[in-house]
Amino acid sequence: MRAVWLFVLLLAALPARAEEIVMGLSKDNVSISTDFDGSEILIFGAVKREDPIRTEPPLQVVLTVAGPKTPVTVWRKERRLGIWVNTEAVEVDAAPSFYAVATSVPWREAISAVEDLRHEVSIPRAIRSVGAPMEIEDAQVFTDALIRIRERAGLYQLHEGIVTLTESTLFDAAISMPANITEGRYTIRVFLTRDGAVVARHSSVIEVRKVGLERWLFTLSRNEPLLYGLMSVAAAVLAGWGASAAFRALRSG
Amino acid sequence: MQIYLPIAEVSVNVFLLFGLGGLVGVLSGMFGVGGGFLITPLLFFLGIPPAVAVATGANQIVASSVSGVLAHLARKSVDLRMGVVLLVGGLVGSGVGVWIFTLLKDMGQVDLLVRLCYVVFLGVIGGLMFAESLRALFRTRRGGAPKRRHHSWVHGLPFKMRFRTSGLYISAIPPLLVGMSVGVLAAIMGVGGGFIMVPAMIYLLGMPTRVVVGTSLFQIIFVTAFTTMLHAATSYTVDILLALILLVGGVLGAQVGAAFGTRLKAEQLRILLASLVLLVCGKLALDLFLTPVELFELGAS
Repeated sequence: MRAVWLFVLLLAALPARAEEIVMGLSKDNVSISTDFDGSEILIFGAVKREDPIRTEPPLQVVLTVAGPKTPVTVWRKERRLGIWVNTEAVEVDAAPSFYAVATSVPWREAISAVEDLRHEVSIPRAIRSVGAPMEIEDAQVFTDALIRIRERAGLYQLHEGIVTLTESTLFDAAISMPANITEGRYTIRVFLTRDGAVVARHSSVIEVRKVGLERWLFTLSRNEPLLYGLMSVAAAVLAGWGASAAFRALRSG
Repeated sequence: MQIYLPIAEVSVNVFLLFGLGGLVGVLSGMFGVGGGFLITPLLFFLGIPPAVAVATGANQIVASSVSGVLAHLARKSVDLRMGVVLLVGGLVGSGVGVWIFTLLKDMGQVDLLVRLCYVVFLGVIGGLMFAESLRALFRTRRGGAPKRRHHSWVHGLPFKMRFRTSGLYISAIPPLLVGMSVGVLAAIMGVGGGFIMVPAMIYLLGMPTRVVVGTSLFQIIFVTAFTTMLHAATSYTVDILLALILLVGGVLGAQVGAAFGTRLKAEQLRILLASLVLLVCGKLALDLFLTPVELFELGAS
């Protein structure tokens, strides 16, 4: 926290222009090491302005953390001949692997529907789905299912009112990432709103990367698949032989 | 203690995985099954992506089978000659199986087919074994000598070979065919195929139960090693870290299982295996018939 306040003091010393966001992160990157068990990032910042603070309508903060977007197929099951079968599928063109939204007030007061649509802020807006087949009339339920499944896995999060905003100037929020996140560039966006309209925005990137053994094994499996396969088999054979030898030694000894 | 798996990209409890490997290892050593039919669904349950579970399961089976075979070799209960004949068929079969698998994957519904395969095969084999071993158990209780009853078409075929360890003099064609069909099924279902191989050797080839387990394990090593290589090279789904944790538990379990298995009677062993097979079958069948909690499923595209 001391770093946060130091940062804020520095900021106050700077000459300011319009209402602008200055943002900091508790870390520049998230390292996925062998003992990775989720991570928490603290997003903090301040509003830089040259005019006195306008209190009406009050300033609000909305921030999002989004993982890399990938296409996803959502399958619906139906009972056929007594058995549950995957029958229909909808391709969702781009869904973030991780998505968290945090606001300083309840969602409806924080941002208007129009602004949400424009900036793709809420979870449903962050998912792009255009290619639903014609014969599926209720394509929306597929997107809802995607959100429901990922919410249950802790990958999609909506936290209303967790952003603390002090004196319409300083804000901070902690976002926790679960252990099952994937690597990639995560985008962090901050929106300042008044009466639901976005008055300023800022974005930044945090790198989530496998490190050490994780990195090495992952790279090897992609670049040298044959070597990696041989290594896996060799490790298995050695372990099997080792255990057998150990047990024999144990019994005879 | 949690560990993040580099290929599966999830974090799981080490001790849970270790225990899972150990449990399957015990079964492997006792019955001569690789345990793939158990470990793969259990890994799904832990949240490991299915493709990674199947490929890594194969890798871990290599280890527990090696450990098991060595224990059986020491007791001379492996028919190497029969194993090689089965293996030749098995490798051809798994090649064919992988080809069929890709074909079905392009048509969609491969998941359902795999599951149906499991239910049908586990059900039929488990049921048959259970009934047969119950009968055998009652026969030995009454003191009657068990009849050897296999000398139909199997004995009329050409290319006869002598399998000394098994005490058989039969044509090489039936073992080749058994190996091949098990190979096909193994590739489609993503398992070593021991649970099909073991009954096939007992009932179709008439091998004595004593050598069946070791011989089955012997050929499973090569089939699963082949599968592991194939998966690593084509779909990058082998998670070596996951495999290592599973196999440390697995190899220890296999030793315990092999020691334990020799103390049980053949019929008891078969009844236990049959019950286990039926149990897994029942669980999988329920999943197919009962209304799932979540009617939607996510898949990569």
